[in-house]
Amino acid sequence: MSAAILFELQAVDLHLGAVHALKACDLRIQSGERVALVGSNGGGKSSLLRCLHGLIEPSRGRVLRASVPQAMVFQRPWMLRASALSNVALGLWLRGMAWGQARLRAREALERVGLGELAERSGLALSGGQQQRLALARAWALQAQVLLLDEPTASLDPAGKREVEQLMGEFAAGGMTLIFATHNLGQVKRLADRVLYVEQGRLLDDAPTDRFFDPQRPGPAAAFLRGDLM
Amino acid sequence: MNTLYDSVLAALGLMAAFDPQLVSIALRSLAVSGLACLLACVMGLPLGGLLAVLRFSGRGAVLACLNTLLALPSVVVGLLVYLLLSRSGPLGFLGWLFSFQAMVLAQTVLVLPVVVALTRQVIEQADRSHGEQLASMGAGPRWRAAILLWDERHALVTLVIAAFGRAISEVGAVMVVGGNIEGFTRVMTTAIALETSKGDLPLALALGLVLLLLVLSLNLCLGLLVRWRARRDGRAASQEPLWIQAGPG
Repeated sequence: MSAAILFELQAVDLHLGAVHALKACDLRIQSGERVALVGSNGGGKSSLLRCLHGLIEPSRGRVLRASVPQAMVFQRPWMLRASALSNVALGLWLRGMAWGQARLRAREALERVGLGELAERSGLALSGGQQQRLALARAWALQAQVLLLDEPTASLDPAGKREVEQLMGEFAAGGMTLIFATHNLGQVKRLADRVLYVEQGRLLDDAPTDRFFDPQRPGPAAAFLRGDLM
Repeated sequence: MNTLYDSVLAALGLMAAFDPQLVSIALRSLAVSGLACLLACVMGLPLGGLLAVLRFSGRGAVLACLNTLLALPSVVVGLLVYLLLSRSGPLGFLGWLFSFQAMVLAQTVLVLPVVVALTRQVIEQADRSHGEQLASMGAGPRWRAAILLWDERHALVTLVIAAFGRAISEVGAVMVVGGNIEGFTRVMTTAIALETSKGDLPLALALGLVLLLLVLSLNLCLGLLVRWRARRDGRAASQEPLWIQAGPG
């Protein structure tokens, strides 16, 4: 039995002001996949993630999304000027859960990501790594089946990176579909089973991780991996 | 020089003795401007928040009008409110002209654009940084505005104090619609203007000092608030206090 399709992009074009951010993108993502988006800065990875998440609608083409709970983690997660607990509970409350119940679930979520002891500390007083774990707790609390992450470890120290990667791996092992943009190719090898190479708004490559990193493989992705300027 | 020295001494004497006339005028000023500020905030904070997050056709024109209203001279506001409240005006039936209510209304009209425009600016900046994440968490524009208003409350306190400073230091609007009636509509700024023209400099100066002290206390409170916020958030304060100008406007 094949896995359910969660996202399907059909000839998607996206214009952001004068920028043609995505060009004729076709893509299918199935449940349980761990998809990494790689490419140069400004290539369209973040725009693609935002399109998938529904934060921006395409200028042309269609984005079909399965109606499953999804969450997105940003490079610098936003913290409300409130406790870590309230920061997690807010997301649940916005989805219609009663505040008392939301706080209970939020506490569980913070325990899950190892921040239980810091539940009452201000979200703004947490370190970068802790804030990113809190963002993951928000997703876990929502029981998201799809987690989109936009360079989630880009601004973290090695310890923070390791903690976040570990949680991403655990969530994926629990059945969550991961779609993440990153510049960290080691992270791609550790976490992804499929790699999409996005450059100048185009999906130039789509391959299983081991094939993507095959040094003998020709194509634009090989040049990217060699560090050539495109 | 002697006149100034004598006036300052006399003014300090009036303040130390809690001169009933001085106290009454100062309290009336606080009541009028405080109430006007409260009303302007009740309307202006949500309005500014919504203007910050909503995108609609004609938004640019609305913002241009709003920014123009920021420079509205207080005496023009007084004139407009006068025309509204005069017996033949649309609100003449209220019988508010030359009353406490008329002064509150005039100052509310004066301060409302300040509150809306500055709130819009603060919330739009916050929305640019965090709006996408809030939307991702399921917040529609109204909730985004409400949450960002709550989250930016410390910056908005600065704004409220600035609005209060604008209200308490203006003279034109309250003079026109209040009439500067002793014991009823005389406030600090109108009293300063009148006493100066009468040559009673000590009372005028004492009122001026009280006005300055009020504004100074507000600024001190603001400074403490900003420091407290910085300490609580565990990071440097991102914003310097907006210093209030105390002077007839």
